[in-house]
Amino acid sequence: MIRLENVIKTYKGADAPALDSVSLDIQRGEFVFLVGTSGSGKSTLLRLMLREERVDQGEVLVLGENLSQLSASKVAQFRRKLGVVFQDFRLLPNKTVYQNVAFALQVLGKPKAFIETAVPDVLELVGLSQKADRLPSALSGGEQQRVAIARALVNRPEVLLADEPTGNLDPATSNEIMTLLDRINLSGTTIVMATHDRSIVDRMQKRVVEIRSGKIIRDAQTASYREIPSDSIPMVPDSPADIDFGGES
Amino acid sequence: MKLGFILSEMWAGIRSNISMIVSIILVSFVSLTFVAVTLLLQLQIGEMKTYWYDRAQVAIYLCSDYSPEEACPAGGATDAQKAAIEEQLSGQTLAPYVETYYFEDQDAAYEKFVEQFADSQAAQYITADQLNEAFWVNLKDPTQSELILESFSGLDGVEEIKDQRSYLDEIFNFLNAGSLLAAGVAAVMLLSATLLIATTIRLSAHSRRREISIMRLVGASRFSIQLPFVLEGLLAAVIGALLATSVTVAITHYFVTGYLAQQLAFTSFFTVADSLMITPYLLGIGATLAIISSSVSIHRYLKA
Repeated sequence: MIRLENVIKTYKGADAPALDSVSLDIQRGEFVFLVGTSGSGKSTLLRLMLREERVDQGEVLVLGENLSQLSASKVAQFRRKLGVVFQDFRLLPNKTVYQNVAFALQVLGKPKAFIETAVPDVLELVGLSQKADRLPSALSGGEQQRVAIARALVNRPEVLLADEPTGNLDPATSNEIMTLLDRINLSGTTIVMATHDRSIVDRMQKRVVEIRSGKIIRDAQTASYREIPSDSIPMVPDSPADIDFGGES
Repeated sequence: MKLGFILSEMWAGIRSNISMIVSIILVSFVSLTFVAVTLLLQLQIGEMKTYWYDRAQVAIYLCSDYSPEEACPAGGATDAQKAAIEEQLSGQTLAPYVETYYFEDQDAAYEKFVEQFADSQAAQYITADQLNEAFWVNLKDPTQSELILESFSGLDGVEEIKDQRSYLDEIFNFLNAGSLLAAGVAAVMLLSATLLIATTIRLSAHSRRREISIMRLVGASRFSIQLPFVLEGLLAAVIGALLATSVTVAITHYFVTGYLAQQLAFTSFFTVADSLMITPYLLGIGATLAIISSSVSIHRYLKA
């Protein structure tokens, strides 16, 4: 579903590469955390998957498309198959919750009838049906992020990319968002989420890819200690405290 | 994208940017009005040329007793000299070029003079014998007056040869200069209109950068992102062009047809139909410039 092969990416003017020989394989239906400190390269990884940036070397394959060979005109088509969520929500302040979500379909020229069923459905999913007519400024941070998630999901993407979606939220609200994302993942959407919130990663018991200075230093399934088949990555076992066999998901 | 949605996006852009949009309308209005003036003056020159050049004659003025010494050392033209000139005019050599010719004696010249200068005091002091006898020649091709000049200048009894077109050319040069001036102003104004559209569209895009970034994120095509902005510039320019057309038509109707044509009845002027005929050009120029400048502007904005 998502596959990176020996990806090297250096930003203009930077001394060291943002990503250095990164290889990664993400299967359909997985929930993968990208962890690491700020500047470690996790956002770059997401931007490459979204084709916001291009690799210098190596290959990025997402949903069957080789992104380094994707022509500029095909990028738009490609992005329709992805959903994206950011730390700062990126809602349109002058549009209501409903309009913000509908906007994503309107710009794609979807038929009115489709919009009128898809938007209430997805608002129901994120639990905001009652607040469809509110402006973003009248919502809490958690609610705003749920609108952003609804907008990312309304076109039924196969993959959801999330860049620090809980970064601006308090722990309780973060947990609500994570529960929502988990539910979305269970319904079949592949999720790749960058975060540096250790507690969330520990609690969720999902696959964790840790990046430091542009290299993957750990790639492990926290719940089962199953190492993901990926070349030249040393297995770093998780501490026993991370193990949770209860499986709350 | 659906048309209704595109239009609502365009409208949102216009609302957030209304003063700039009004300035585009005004600048394109003024510049296109100058374009219209240029075109109509050219039309007028063309119309007058066809009308007057066909009527323009070449005059072979004969020596009179009052002619200056250098041109007519022998004094007034003799009958023999007149006969020689007439013979040459009607001869084989000039037959392919000369349409008609006629002789005008001093009395006829005096009558014409009195008629032309009826209002002036000059008529009181001029007598018939001070005026020249002349052969008036209509050429088949009025541009070939050079031929008459070569054949007759320096001939005994000929004082001067005058092509009426030379008078007309002065008027046309004057009109041409006016039309060039209008074209110059139009060019400068069109350039400012183009730059203004580019700037306005960039501002409009900047004020709606959140929308644009979301459109790109959810996979809206480049074309559908750009279209509302291009339409915004296009609409403003088209309104400007329509204003320019209305003003041109109004001036033509009230000033040219309603006043000039009455006052100067001897010549024809361009009409309301002519000024309506140039409307497509004004719309075309306005629309083309708006589309090009706003597409380039939004394209560069999206790239940056």
